[in-house]
Amino acid sequence: MLEFVISKYNFWVYVILMMIGLYAMLAKRNLVKKLIGMNIFQTAIILFYVSIGVKKGPVQVPIILTEHGHVVQAIRATDYLNPLPHVLMLTAIVVSIATTGVALAVLILIYRRYQTLNEDEILALRQQRRETGA
Amino acid sequence: MLTRVYDNLIVQTVCRVMIPFIQIYALYVIAHGHYSPGGGFQGGVILTAALALIFLAYGQEPAARRMNRRQASMLCAAGVAIYAGIGLYCLLAGGNFLDYSMLAPLLHVSVPRARSLGILGVEVGVGLAVMTAMYSIILDIAGNHEDESDSDPESCSTPKPGSIS
Amino acid sequence: MKTIILIFVVLMGLFLLYGTMDMPGWGDPNSPASTWVSPRYIEQALEKTETPNLVTAVLGDYRGYDTMGETTVIFTAAIACALLLRGATGNRRKEDE
Repeated sequence: MLEFVISKYNFWVYVILMMIGLYAMLAKRNLVKKLIGMNIFQTAIILFYVSIGVKKGPVQVPIILTEHGHVVQAIRATDYLNPLPHVLMLTAIVVSIATTGVALAVLILIYRRYQTLNEDEILALRQQRRETGA
Repeated sequence: MLTRVYDNLIVQTVCRVMIPFIQIYALYVIAHGHYSPGGGFQGGVILTAALALIFLAYGQEPAARRMNRRQASMLCAAGVAIYAGIGLYCLLAGGNFLDYSMLAPLLHVSVPRARSLGILGVEVGVGLAVMTAMYSIILDIAGNHEDESDSDPESCSTPKPGSIS
Repeated sequence: MKTIILIFVVLMGLFLLYGTMDMPGWGDPNSPASTWVSPRYIEQALEKTETPNLVTAVLGDYRGYDTMGETTVIFTAAIACALLLRGATGNRRKEDE
């Protein structure tokens, strides 16, 4: 059990981050706080993916050392980090920023229409407007 | 909505000095992405940082004079079109979509060098698209909408938040 | 309500931690993610693309189609922001009402 905790402590960090994000998305009533919770969730996923590419020992970042176009030493796969999770998360970070922008735009529209960002107040206002036929 | 323009001499002077270096650095990050950490996404975001500094320090009017919303949207489409265009050229030249080895006869280089140049062209497209997309989002979210009238009674027919009990 | 959510979240976390029992350990060089396609990328990318930065090589060449999709997503996000915030006001709105 102790070995399970120690050798995989990185997963504990991501699971705790994910729990924080999920709790914020579910329990908070303010929509901006929900959005921040979603970003924390995304950060947990991104850290999880990046940690997949880690290799212990004397490894280098995935940039092959070259001098004047020639390889310095023979390329062995165990000498370099796994580049694939970095690629996937590189695009995922930028896409998460773009989707956050869309979410903020939607929040601006909600605020213009209801003058509040609290979920309960928005639902009450919707109910009130449906009854009055506005 | 950012309506107040900060007329601060220190901030404006520092931004004026810093912005060219930020842009040069961003171009370096895009162009040197083959040999060091970097590439289209990172360089594009740094370019957006330069434009956002103009927006924050000088206000919307000078920022929009350098690039307005319409130009930003069109350049964003142009970035995606560069990417898709390179892929489509490879398709039309007889290879697979985004198979850069088909660029070798066009550029008179060897196949690995053609792949390298294809990646560079794609990174330029990505950088352009990311820069203008982020800048367009910033302008839309934080900027003033000149065609919009806040005093319009119809668009603001919402009750005050105090009206619910 | 918040108690139910808290219990649900903790249960979810425990479920995921149960799932990590099958995952490789931190920094394991023999994990499946590091032994499937990534050795091929590391060993052949420089020779095939003349790009020492493997991340750029994989991003632009091996997974270029994926990156094009991501670029399209960013473009779509920018257009969605523009449609949401620029299009909501103006003449069309008045005609609707």
